[in-house]
Amino acid sequence: MSQSNSTFSKQSNKQTEGRPPRPSVSTRARQDQAARRTFFVFTLLPVLLILFIAIALFIRSWPIISAYGLSDLLFGEVWRPNNEQFGFWPFILGTLWVTTVGVVLAVPLCLLASIYLAEYAHVKMRSFAKPILDLLAAIPPVVYGVWGLLTIVPFVDDVLAPLFDRWLGSVSIFKVNQPTGFGILSAGIVLAVMIAPLIISVMYEIFSTVPNDLRHASLAVGATRWQTIRNIILPQVAPGILAAIVLGASRALGETIAVLMVVGNIPQVPTSIFDSAYPLPALIANNYGEMMSIPLYDAALLSAALVLLIVILIFNILSMLVIQRMLRRKWAS
Amino acid sequence: MDAHIQVKNLNVYYGKQQALKDVNIEIPKNQITVIMGPSGCGKTTLLKTFNRFLELTEGTQLTGEVLVDGKNIYDRDVDVTEVRKVVGLLAQRPAPLPMSIFDNVLYGMNIHRMKKDRREYKDAARHYLEIAGLWDEVQNRLHDPATSLSIGQQQRLCLARGLAVEPEIILGDEPTSALDPISSQNIESRLIELKQQYTTVIVTHTLRQAKRLGDYVIYMYLGEVIEAGPAKEVFNNPQHERTRAYLEGQI
Ligand SMILES: Nc1ncnc2c1ncn2[C@@H]1O[C@H](COP(=O)(O)OP(=O)(O)OP(=O)(O)O)[C@@H](O)[C@H]1O
Ligand SMILES: [Mg+2]
Repeated sequence: MSQSNSTFSKQSNKQTEGRPPRPSVSTRARQDQAARRTFFVFTLLPVLLILFIAIALFIRSWPIISAYGLSDLLFGEVWRPNNEQFGFWPFILGTLWVTTVGVVLAVPLCLLASIYLAEYAHVKMRSFAKPILDLLAAIPPVVYGVWGLLTIVPFVDDVLAPLFDRWLGSVSIFKVNQPTGFGILSAGIVLAVMIAPLIISVMYEIFSTVPNDLRHASLAVGATRWQTIRNIILPQVAPGILAAIVLGASRALGETIAVLMVVGNIPQVPTSIFDSAYPLPALIANNYGEMMSIPLYDAALLSAALVLLIVILIFNILSMLVIQRMLRRKWAS
Repeated sequence: MDAHIQVKNLNVYYGKQQALKDVNIEIPKNQITVIMGPSGCGKTTLLKTFNRFLELTEGTQLTGEVLVDGKNIYDRDVDVTEVRKVVGLLAQRPAPLPMSIFDNVLYGMNIHRMKKDRREYKDAARHYLEIAGLWDEVQNRLHDPATSLSIGQQQRLCLARGLAVEPEIILGDEPTSALDPISSQNIESRLIELKQQYTTVIVTHTLRQAKRLGDYVIYMYLGEVIEAGPAKEVFNNPQHERTRAYLEGQI
């Protein structure tokens, strides 16, 4: 290598007099190659890590999957580890209820907020809102949990539950069966607040992928801003908006500590937003490491973790694919 | 002169930088006015004050008046969407809306609910595509996406879309600069055909285009209007030294 380097630099010295010798093209190319490989490995590391975790979880949960079968585990309604009954269905439904309520509460507000920020707000407002959103996203979940405990649970118990019971009590999903305030609605409200900053940020990014030429083309024929948003911009960004919602949902699916502080943690199949529930992450966090003397308990909890991991991965990958594609289109234009 | 647009003591600032300095001009009705001048002299800025597009850029300030048919479009009681309906814009790069050719033409008409039933909308689409000289090329593919057209066709589509809301004034900011020579010529012919019914204001960089199109010429330099007058006079006998230099430099 040093030989080829020196011969080449002699040559180049002759050609371009006075310049200091440079490393040869091949050396620089090789350095570049090495750097590229190093960075590639470091980028790959998280992917490998996730793969490794998934495989480890699968191996550890294999005893129970092979003993009970996946469908009995997933759809079994009874959870009595002492009895060797491991049905995840109440927990899966608990997760879905809590996530759904959180997303349903968050999405309309996030949509309005991001439309405002992207389409109406002045630069000053935007540069003010951005750090605030980042700040909100950085608050530790346990703080949201405490806030939910001190504020939302009493609010649901004292205000919302009586209100719904009086006006919508006949609708089963609004029926108040367990008047404690701990339950799906409280968890949903806390979740909505927690996932909102993420959803707003992503939606804002999505809106900014629409080229200004399109806005101007619509405004130029005398459309109002709102007509422009409704007729031109929203149809353009719909896939990205959906992806932002799915991303928010995947965040909600995995949220553990804040939810378990306010959701009641009763393993039952919920029928109303005022029921207590017991989502999967809470199940794992509350029980892993305890009562491990029960056979297969460990495998059961880890298979729950595996299910959660897979669902969240799918949600994340799908939404990221859509979002990346839309952002790339923005840079391309 | 029968002035359609009157500009009085117009000053425009981007932040602290002044882009237009005490502009006073009149734009004649049903003629083609061309705005010329070196890059950065404020042609686009002036044009944007005519349809209130300037306010889409943040941090702009405007003093003075722009009167359309004698009414200041910057008065408080003026509805900006009405201004833009009367004062249409043909952009530098064609911006077809992400919908079919047919829906593009009718976009503004739908926004303003200008027609009653589907039949009327269909006839209108055909009418304006014919005016824009595009009908023959697209009559069999009206429901294809507008982006499938060539750039030159897209620009004529944008012209049809603009005309469909029945404006009185057409603004064009170098509307042919992104087009090939034949498409440019096509657009130029449209504009000349249309000038009986519309007041047209075109920004252009090419002197030859200015000479082909212009009935009335405005020459700008560093944010000021140096000279304005009928094309023949300005081209043959410029009053101002700078105009003369520009015209000669362009040959
Ligand atoms: N968005 C903006 N922010 C700040 N300054 C601007 C902005 N747009 C234009 N300017 C400034 O205002 C002046 C006039 O710009 P304008 O675009 O009107 O020139 P122009 O005559 O259209 O030039 P060109 O022939 O290159 O299109 C320039 O000095 C320009 O730098
Ligand atoms: Mg310009």
